[in-house]
Amino acid sequence: MAENTDSFDVSYVAHLARMHLTDAEKVKISAQLKDILTYVAKLNELDVSQVEPTAHATPLSNVLRQDEVEPSIDRDKVLRNAPEQARNLFIVPKIIE
Amino acid sequence: MSLHTLTIHQLRQKLRRGDISAREATQALLDRIQAVDGKLKAYLWLNAEDALAQADAIDRTGAARNGQLLGGVPIAIKDNLSVDGQPCTCASKILQGHTSVYDADVVHRLRDAGAILLGRTNMDEFAMGSSTENSSWGITHNPWDLDRIPGGSSGGSAAAVAADEAFAALGSDTGGSIRQPAAQCGCVGFKPTYGRVSRYGLVAFASSLDQIGPFTKDVTDCALMLRVLAGHDRHDSTSVPQAVPDYTAALGKDVKGLRVGLPKEFFIDGMDREVEAAVRSAIRKLEELGAEVVQISLPHTDYAVAVYYLIATAEASANLARFDGVRYGARVTGEDVIDMYGKTRGAGFGPEVKRRIILGTYALSAGYYDAYYLRAQKVRTLIRQDFEKAFEKCDVVVTPTSPEVAFRIGEKADDPLKMYLSDIFTISVNLAGICGVSLPCGFTSRPKLPIGLQILGRPFGEETVLRVAHAYEQVTDWHKEKPEVEG
Repeated sequence: MAENTDSFDVSYVAHLARMHLTDAEKVKISAQLKDILTYVAKLNELDVSQVEPTAHATPLSNVLRQDEVEPSIDRDKVLRNAPEQARNLFIVPKIIE
Repeated sequence: MSLHTLTIHQLRQKLRRGDISAREATQALLDRIQAVDGKLKAYLWLNAEDALAQADAIDRTGAARNGQLLGGVPIAIKDNLSVDGQPCTCASKILQGHTSVYDADVVHRLRDAGAILLGRTNMDEFAMGSSTENSSWGITHNPWDLDRIPGGSSGGSAAAVAADEAFAALGSDTGGSIRQPAAQCGCVGFKPTYGRVSRYGLVAFASSLDQIGPFTKDVTDCALMLRVLAGHDRHDSTSVPQAVPDYTAALGKDVKGLRVGLPKEFFIDGMDREVEAAVRSAIRKLEELGAEVVQISLPHTDYAVAVYYLIATAEASANLARFDGVRYGARVTGEDVIDMYGKTRGAGFGPEVKRRIILGTYALSAGYYDAYYLRAQKVRTLIRQDFEKAFEKCDVVVTPTSPEVAFRIGEKADDPLKMYLSDIFTISVNLAGICGVSLPCGFTSRPKLPIGLQILGRPFGEETVLRVAHAYEQVTDWHKEKPEVEG
């Protein structure tokens, strides 16, 4: 585990998360996360080289079903929650110049 | 006796005999809410007209009289569960104005059982918190002391049930969000085994940990609610296709010879003295009832909080990516689509959610994945194995639900790590995927605040947990004590 939490670049991580932070938020979150990262570094005390990871605690895997057409939620109802919609579509800002 | 103070099993008797109608039961709660919720603020949304219309429909069909498990019983719902046609905001500005377009599986089951979907309860934003202080819509107050938090994240549901503003409520539990507020408010809260209850229609926080469960006034009601909520659902791929036992049949059986495990790691320094005394006294009670107390060890307990805050935040950072201003919620326009995402999320999420998204994104980012997320998943295996070994020696594990009683509003607001550490006794249960309940086992003296006893069982061991909880409840009166909240 990375011991050196000074390398934590909150602006870069905020960009990865597609989430704007104000300068004040960056300062506060950086400081708090350094504390938290220092705390979680205690996991380094354990030798886990022979341990399999647990992704979830269900006894099931690869739950499959038949690919059958079924009724789904009414389109108009779904679109009513959208910030912008027209002609049965979600409207987003232009993506390709 | 006023109707709102009844348990579900008491209310059902009256409904089935036809002594009262579903409308009267609903109106009694609406009156109670009207009288006290201005002080408690347990509810975020309520539509009296809609609730009474549901009640009238039930009265017309006679559902309350034909023996349906919850016929005519109004139930409150945490604000992260979809109820078709009702708002669902997860107490977040980013979902302000959002209306659910389908019923969660648990809501569907409640409707089928004849319940009335009464209203939406307050919570920490996206269920991230232990005090309900992270709600974007204001603080919920603990009915035992209005200056204190109700616990969290399902604080609204816990406060509503404890203050007789609901006969029962649904919550979700990712690291203790049902059991901890149940303990802090003095009601019964159950986290079922991972896979026992479908999460379809629950707004996902950490998908490998989330479970839905009930808040009730006593253990009998808890068994009744679980019977309604549990069962396979093909809309949730983690839902286990295993028959649902009649949980109410587990009630009334004695605990003679049952082995109760006490993990030495859970009786720690720094625990509130009165909490420890109440829990130890509860354990003696179980011994008097014939249970055999055995010492056990869960050696990796000390790592649970660290594992949890890496796994839960990593999963949350992925799950909350969907809130991008395209399909639902608020949108803040930007120069381009990436700028729009950033501004929308920057304006829509509160401080705790942002903190966790940043931590989770970091834990999953290139170069850190193995060091943080993968290592946490490996330690999770050790925690799970601790419980597997423990359950070879005992049938249930008994602990305090929380190391302390409800703290004052604002007391931990600026110290997230301190807040996280208050979940130390509940978190490992979600990591292991097992089931557990919190029920009242005493009060502190001054001020008088409820103390919770946590009883944990093997995966799909809900019946044994309920049996022990019920046996304890029958010889104590803690669950009958009520906070004095007057309008």
